[in-house]
Amino acid sequence: MKHELTLPIDETMVRELRVGDILYLTGQVFTARDEAHHRMLEAHENGESLPFDPSQMALFHCGPVVRKAGDSWEVIAAGPTTSIRMELFEDRFLETFRPPIVIGKGGMAERTQSALEKVGAVYTHYTGGAGALAAERIERVEAVHWLDELGMPEAAWIFAVRDFGPLLVTMDSTGGNLYKDLEPTIAENMKTILARIEG
Amino acid sequence: MDEVKVQSALVEAMRIAATQLPGDVVGALRAARERETSPLGAAQLDAILENVDVARDGSIPMCQDTGIQTFFVEAGTDSPFLGRVKGWIDRAVVEATAAIPLRPNTVDPFSGENPGDNTGRYMPFVNWEIVDGDEIRITVLPKGGGSENMSTVKMLPPGVGLKGIQRAVVEHVVSCQGKPCPPTIVGVGIGGGADIALKLGKKAILRDIGSAHPEPAIAAFERELLELINLSGVGPMGVGGATTSLAVHVEVAHRHPASLPLGILIQCWADRRARVRLLADGTTEVNR
Repeated sequence: MKHELTLPIDETMVRELRVGDILYLTGQVFTARDEAHHRMLEAHENGESLPFDPSQMALFHCGPVVRKAGDSWEVIAAGPTTSIRMELFEDRFLETFRPPIVIGKGGMAERTQSALEKVGAVYTHYTGGAGALAAERIERVEAVHWLDELGMPEAAWIFAVRDFGPLLVTMDSTGGNLYKDLEPTIAENMKTILARIEG
Repeated sequence: MDEVKVQSALVEAMRIAATQLPGDVVGALRAARERETSPLGAAQLDAILENVDVARDGSIPMCQDTGIQTFFVEAGTDSPFLGRVKGWIDRAVVEATAAIPLRPNTVDPFSGENPGDNTGRYMPFVNWEIVDGDEIRITVLPKGGGSENMSTVKMLPPGVGLKGIQRAVVEHVVSCQGKPCPPTIVGVGIGGGADIALKLGKKAILRDIGSAHPEPAIAAFERELLELINLSGVGPMGVGGATTSLAVHVEVAHRHPASLPLGILIQCWADRRARVRLLADGTTEVNR
């Protein structure tokens, strides 16, 4: 089912989303790869307050190409990066900062799945490599944090987005997981393939 | 001889590669979209095709991973410019990184330092081939990290034969699932040695989609492999569907009797490439 959603969004609505739903988001997203995850968790442990509220935004696994244009920033390309790298700390991150929607590619594993169930969030898959399309749906860069410290791809960029998608829900808050659902079909198909090779 | 003109032609080729997907790849993606019966897979292909249009119309990179700039040079022995090509390529990469712009992707494995201009030790990498004639043909292949991470070499026992090769290729491609951004192009290098099999696999990726190997037995092997991979159901971006790969290209070298090297090179759907011809009189032609 297709949903056009506006952020911030409340937990009850997110808990109704299911694997296979396609989302288009309007509102704010923040980018975080490995380094920004570390930096934010470290800030939290040290009792520092964050310069933005992640619970009001979607979390985007992305290292964008951004260019300075006068006083502002222009996003050139901003597709998703491989999410599984963040699996090591994503559960802690979700439980601490509670962003309702995660955007990435390739899916994540058990720790993230249980955190999604706990906090009422979904993991969505954005088409890998669709960096130009993503940039087109980013209306502006609202802020950037830790740019000097982390560099362009690893900094936390706050984007205002409109109709950002298609985002395919592949892991939901009820334990639904598209990648797991596909496994038996692929395993069955592999038997056919191997029989054909041997035949 | 206008030095600047050659460098500009190389920058233009890198811009074309980063922003305009070659026609054979777009055609293959459209055909895959028409065939696709899984709505989820179809939605991924729609997003890819829309993204390709946005990139071309706006002259912006189609993917934020603008890759490692990899060059293949067919150098005619009678060209007067043999000694200068590497310098032109190096300077063009620096210029293209700022002008297009490209993401600075070269990192020193020891210090972690990124020079910021896509150069570094051995970078940009140039594959040289000496050919007859007086012209130089340069192909740029900006290779993204996500799909390169899924490339591999296997040293098979020769006893497994051609069936063993098919099995190893299909099992590997299926095990990659959505990680290399399918639908992919699979370059298969067989024989030679570990390094040669990988090199042949990468060279195979340069071929246009739809081109068959000139030897009928190898061409048939390519078709069978593609069909087998697409029976898997992994689909576009690994969300399920009819097209996991757009093409399988195979290149073969003779092997040692005790070895059966198999190089498997995976190229994401963004199969970006462009070519520059440098003629003996110093004129250049840029082809997509």
